[in-house]
Amino acid sequence: MSRHRIKDIDYDDDDFYDEDAPADPEEQEFLQQCTAAVLQQLGAGQPSVTATKGEVQDALWHYYNDIEKSVNYLRGKREKEATKLQKSKIQSVPAYPAPPSTAHFSAADFFRDCPWLNVPSHRKSDILIEPLFPRLGLLGGAPENGGKLSKLAALAAARKKKEAEKTPSPPETSTSSTPKPEQPKTSSLDHSGVSRSLRDRLAASGRSTPKASEGPGSLRHVATPSSPHSISKQPDSENRRPSVSKASESTQREVLEAKEEPVSQQTLPTIRASPSTFASTIVGAATGPTAAEPSHLHSNSSDLLRIYGQDHAEPFDFAAPSPDDVVLNAQNTAKGMKSKSAASKSAAVKKGQSDLAGGMKDLSVEDKVTVKSKNLDVISEYKKSTRKRSANFVVIGHVDAGKSTLMGRLLADQGAIDQRTLDRYRREAEKIGKGSFALAWVMDQGSEERARGVTIDIATNQFETDKTAFTIVDAPGHRDFVPNMIAGASQADFAVLVIDSSVGNFESGLKGQTKEHALLVRSMGVQKIVVAVNKMDTVQWDHERFEEIEQQISAFLTTAGFQDSNISFVPCSGSLGDNISRRTDDPHASWYTGRTLIEELETSEPYTHALEKPLRMTIGDVFRGGVQSPLSISGRIDAGSLQMGDHILIMPSGETATVRSLEVDSEPSDWAVAGQNVVLNIANIDPIHLRSGDVVCRPSSPIPTITSFTAKVLAFEHLMPMQVDVHRGRLHVPGRISKLVASLDKASGAAIKKRPKIVGPGVVARVVVEMDQAVPLEAPTRIVLRAGGSTVAAGLLE
Amino acid sequence: MRCIKNKIEHNGSGTVTLCPDEPEDMWHAYNLIRPGDILRASAIRRVTTVQDTGSTSSARVHLNLVIRVKNLDFDPQSSQLHVSGQIINETPHTKIGQFHTLDLELNRNFTLEKEVGADGEGVGWDSIAIESLKDAVDEGGKRRAEAVAVVMQEGLAHICFIGQFQTILKQKIEMSVPRKRQGGGDHDKGMNKFFKVTLETLLRQMEFNTSLTSGANNEAVRPVLLASPGFVAAGFQKYIQSEASTTTPGLKRLLPSLVVVHSTSGYTNSLSEVLQSPAVKSLLADTKYARETKLMDDFLEQLRKETNKATYGPREVDYAVEQGAVGRGGGVLIVSNRLFRSQDIAERKRWVALVDRVRDVEGGDVRILSSDHESGKRLEGLGGIAALLTFPVIEPDLDSDAE
Repeated sequence: MSRHRIKDIDYDDDDFYDEDAPADPEEQEFLQQCTAAVLQQLGAGQPSVTATKGEVQDALWHYYNDIEKSVNYLRGKREKEATKLQKSKIQSVPAYPAPPSTAHFSAADFFRDCPWLNVPSHRKSDILIEPLFPRLGLLGGAPENGGKLSKLAALAAARKKKEAEKTPSPPETSTSSTPKPEQPKTSSLDHSGVSRSLRDRLAASGRSTPKASEGPGSLRHVATPSSPHSISKQPDSENRRPSVSKASESTQREVLEAKEEPVSQQTLPTIRASPSTFASTIVGAATGPTAAEPSHLHSNSSDLLRIYGQDHAEPFDFAAPSPDDVVLNAQNTAKGMKSKSAASKSAAVKKGQSDLAGGMKDLSVEDKVTVKSKNLDVISEYKKSTRKRSANFVVIGHVDAGKSTLMGRLLADQGAIDQRTLDRYRREAEKIGKGSFALAWVMDQGSEERARGVTIDIATNQFETDKTAFTIVDAPGHRDFVPNMIAGASQADFAVLVIDSSVGNFESGLKGQTKEHALLVRSMGVQKIVVAVNKMDTVQWDHERFEEIEQQISAFLTTAGFQDSNISFVPCSGSLGDNISRRTDDPHASWYTGRTLIEELETSEPYTHALEKPLRMTIGDVFRGGVQSPLSISGRIDAGSLQMGDHILIMPSGETATVRSLEVDSEPSDWAVAGQNVVLNIANIDPIHLRSGDVVCRPSSPIPTITSFTAKVLAFEHLMPMQVDVHRGRLHVPGRISKLVASLDKASGAAIKKRPKIVGPGVVARVVVEMDQAVPLEAPTRIVLRAGGSTVAAGLLE
Repeated sequence: MRCIKNKIEHNGSGTVTLCPDEPEDMWHAYNLIRPGDILRASAIRRVTTVQDTGSTSSARVHLNLVIRVKNLDFDPQSSQLHVSGQIINETPHTKIGQFHTLDLELNRNFTLEKEVGADGEGVGWDSIAIESLKDAVDEGGKRRAEAVAVVMQEGLAHICFIGQFQTILKQKIEMSVPRKRQGGGDHDKGMNKFFKVTLETLLRQMEFNTSLTSGANNEAVRPVLLASPGFVAAGFQKYIQSEASTTTPGLKRLLPSLVVVHSTSGYTNSLSEVLQSPAVKSLLADTKYARETKLMDDFLEQLRKETNKATYGPREVDYAVEQGAVGRGGGVLIVSNRLFRSQDIAERKRWVALVDRVRDVEGGDVRILSSDHESGKRLEGLGGIAALLTFPVIEPDLDSDAE
């Protein structure tokens, strides 16, 4: 088996892997289209053949999605099966069909109604010659029973032919034309001889001779019009006996005609001259005995052409596949067989043999990950879910006010952190001489943070009360890390302002970040603020001190734009845990009868988020989640919803990614909606395109990237054309105020002065900000402008 | 830059032969050469000759070309200046009127001629040109303060070279550093990687040789300013120290020149803060840069106080000069040198006239700020021109209908 030997050559292996190409969605879609096309053609063609989808896809896979080849193959396969069925019953099918005879007509009669050389166009036949070889290689090579025809098959072929004559035949299945029924084949063959090969002409003339002599063959032919000696559409046979096939094809046509007008044909006199001696010598079969012998093998005539092998006599048919092609096709076939078996081995794990092509989709060489979306209706899913009310709050305040410690205490009291971890922190903190920071270590996980005792970046943590699931965002208080604090504040529904009540520290805090933070959270849209007056133990729960602080802070917060009803004060001690989740038992604090901090937190009302809007999520962090999820991003969904398997677009890089899985508040989930803190495990994107501050959106509704915007801002300091840093959540880009458009009236928003030279603190102004790089921003968004380490303005993008 | 020959006539026309000897001189040349000037410099030109037989051969020939300048192209990153124009001298290889782009090279003389035509076309060597020539030649031989600044924040670093007249952003390093997470050690790892990349880039940009053997030649190491908010710069310094003591001892030479400064962000915006910090001030005392920065701060302070003794924008400054407010006793006109680089001769003449008027008639001070410095950039934001006034000027509402 030379074919097999070829198969073993190395390059075949390469091809093999090529064939195992990944089944990406595009390809699958194409495969579906092809399958549909093939099925349609199979059904439309004659005989109408049915095939399972699996078979079709299988065939398509082998033929590289070539519909034509696949149809041919499937058709061949069906016919082969049909023939096999018959084989056992019908044995005596001649290998070489009997020379047919249909020439029972008179030319005069035929051309009776035609003027000379003016044959009506409908009479002109238009004969397409079926190629010598099947146009395309087929699986399995030539079958053994090539020439043997069953009655059934012949009938089928005949019916098919008839059908083809009625309707324009599908291009692949029938290469023959649609001759007019009344037009005798022999004449048309002769007329169109120019385009025919010598062999065909020989075949035609060979056929005609018996007719002239009215030999037994013709008798037999007429007598058994439906005798099974041809299946023109069995291309396999043509590989071996092309001439046979040619002959059989025309025979078959005659079968038709014989059926249609058997009587008239018989009575027609022959008008043909008998062949010359030379002709009969060369071609043979001029006389009766030849016709009596159905096969040329048994012919006693001296057919010289056949003696020297049919190939010598054949003019090369360039329309047919070249010998090389034939070999290649055979190789491909063999290869197809091989990879098919290889594939089936792996595919068998998941699916049955029949679903082979489908199984291939799931196998891929590339690391392209396709995640099946569950196509949930996330909004209704969200409404159905019986989650607890959730709330995010940010903890703000001046540096060293005790924010992290307070939150550490809160978490410890609520059991979100176990005692053993706490003890470990305490031991380690004492070791480096920072024993009082032990609780803060719950939030401050960074080594730098612990070594320095300062929160640097925001930390999030969850705890649950009976009513609500809280997410704490612990913001750094140090002025250098205000950008991080802005990121934290953008995730918050309400804020907890921690104030150091100890002497001196409150005053310095007021000058420092206490005010800036409060202003920032207000300008980020936070309405409700809980003021935790911390470290009350250091002032012996002095009531007067508390009132003094309350007075100052509430005055300031009111001017900052908080409503009185949304401000509440709680005296507490983070390090001791008094008035946090339990009431203090210090006798000095008996004057306080209000709520504890945790009770105060629970009064927060649920917040509504823009679920129906297009997806927007600012990336807070890009990290490696673990072995299972090599690339993860975290953040809070600002608007819209998201589910597993979604395709997302990252702006400004404009790259797409797929959501492999997602976590909501550290719990795996299938979907997430606006307002939730999520971790997305994503795939199909290079991490280089992901930076914190980028925005996740849907490819269908991308967020625009801009380099310049107009904003209505409240100035905290003097504004002039100057360089500023633009902050929006994690987004932090340099830019400059290029134009002061107008200063505006605070209440009405009407312009007071156009193009002011400078805008003083506390004034609302409309400014144009330009940035060096394109930034994903869209109105309405709250932005913060900072310069020289302080917040100079905050406002709304227009 | 060395001045080889100086033949400037009283009427402002004349030629100057200069020899640039450091990259920053290209920037000076960029400010000196203007479209319409005549520039003579050596050039290499590819000349294609056609023989009688029709065969062609091309050769590169050294030529001394004189061109009339059409266009200037300055690449601040690599300090290269390309001057294109039409050839006006005859050579065996070129024809008059052919175009050529001269690439000025270090240590090769070039001759610049500025003419004043009879009917006033061309600007010649005006006061600004002469001043920038003085700046360029640096007759006083003042100390050339040069420093490298690394302005950084988590995951972001800008390596800048601060020269006397220019601040060049040499390289920006951006890396995604994972944030701190519950129980994750990725942040420290990420920061370490970030430091590593930054250090490698810094050394490459400084052309700092870390091998021990080369340490003997004792070449002076420029001061390296590490600036960042928070502890990033300090962490970077610590990282360099640990590298010096473990893997690359050659870094030890670098250690004394490291200065850690505070800045509010990792962007070049905050360079002005860096240069104002006391540590840097003592290092770069009395450089042009430091003076310019100080001046801009004074100006902005006045503006902030809303005393009306500071103004900015072309029209406003024009008006103030008209009123005589930019005069003796504190009047300072601050101009960005970008205005003098204008392609439009009338435009340049306008600013030169204004500068001359303030200096000579009004008796005020004129400071020309380099647009390639941080202070110059701040000035650019204000329209490229500003003035500190001797008395408050309430300007009429010029722009009520202008928009």
